[in-house]
Amino acid sequence: MEYVNLAIKSIFVENMILSFFLGMCSYLAISKKIEPSIGLGAAVIFVCGICTPVNWAIKNYLLDEGALYWILGENALDIDLTFLAYIAYIATIAAMVQLVEMIIERFSPSLYANLGVFLPLIAVNCSILGASLFMAERNYELGQSLVFGLSSGFGFALAILSMAAIRYKIQYANVPNGLRGLGITMILTGLISMAYLSFSGIKL
Amino acid sequence: MNKIFSDPISAENPITKQVLGVCSALAVTVLVDKAIIMTFAMTFVLTFSNITISLLRKVIPHSIRIIVQLTVIATLVILVDLFLKAYAFEMSKQLSVFVALIITNCIVMGRADAFAMQNNVRDSFIDGVANGLGYGLILILVAIFRELFGSGTLLGYAIFPDAYIGNGLMLLAPGAFIILGLIIWAQRSITGYVED
Repeated sequence: MEYVNLAIKSIFVENMILSFFLGMCSYLAISKKIEPSIGLGAAVIFVCGICTPVNWAIKNYLLDEGALYWILGENALDIDLTFLAYIAYIATIAAMVQLVEMIIERFSPSLYANLGVFLPLIAVNCSILGASLFMAERNYELGQSLVFGLSSGFGFALAILSMAAIRYKIQYANVPNGLRGLGITMILTGLISMAYLSFSGIKL
Repeated sequence: MNKIFSDPISAENPITKQVLGVCSALAVTVLVDKAIIMTFAMTFVLTFSNITISLLRKVIPHSIRIIVQLTVIATLVILVDLFLKAYAFEMSKQLSVFVALIITNCIVMGRADAFAMQNNVRDSFIDGVANGLGYGLILILVAIFRELFGSGTLLGYAIFPDAYIGNGLMLLAPGAFIILGLIIWAQRSITGYVED
């Protein structure tokens, strides 16, 4: 039940895009068309769900104060590598993206054909690094960080898909010249985000 | 040289024209002082990453340039983060993860890859400063609107009389999106740029 609540909270209430503004760059660029949005959304769910628990393990077994106890024994108790966290997280994400890309290419060429282009984009997607940083800041357990990673990714996918659908519909609308493209997309995102505000406080 | 400096601030502004780095730009704009600190942090990282990448541009192998750039940027961000924690602890608590997210800010990566890899140190330095300021300009502009209408203050000083009831929407996420949309509209109406 705790996990369901966490999932609902990170998909709807604390949506990566609509309330933390993370991953906006690729969201704005890709949501022009529906097909790529599905691809990017799926890739983000996938990578975010893998990277958050992996970074959890790195934080708890390598970086935290005394975390190296399992290798070095007593000597390790005063070693604190937390200052390396950012480099470690981003390196892990870049490496995981590369790894996931190779695995998908080997085992599912059709999935690779759909997702392949988006995987490199994801290494610098703020929402993946953001999920890892929030995981560290809020001291989640392993199970929590897995659920949090997956549902953050799902929230991103939901937001980008709904935006792509709306942009598809307004293609033929007569938008004022200066507002076309980026401007109207920002305002629409504001309206979607306002709608999502009504989820705040929901608990099961 | 003038063009390198003035372009990123107005016509080629990284946020409103190139649509880069919007991620962190909106989250720290509830209060003007947060936006100013973020601008300094961003300009510092952007300038020094541009200088470092430009110095190393002839020795970085093309195939691993992204990881080299990421490492340089992450190191600079760690410096900024530790500096804020030491000298402005309250501020660093409020900015929470958003200082760290400068690492994945597309402006820094974009300038390092597109500009510093091809240009000499002096031009890269100017480009870094100018892009930092162009980013900061939009950031502070959004923050001024949000703080003024959301809480009736600027930098903590009351501007509107006490009778003014703050517009709560401005302090929440939708306010930021809509204000940025309107700023983009205003700027594009002036420059005459139309997206197709």
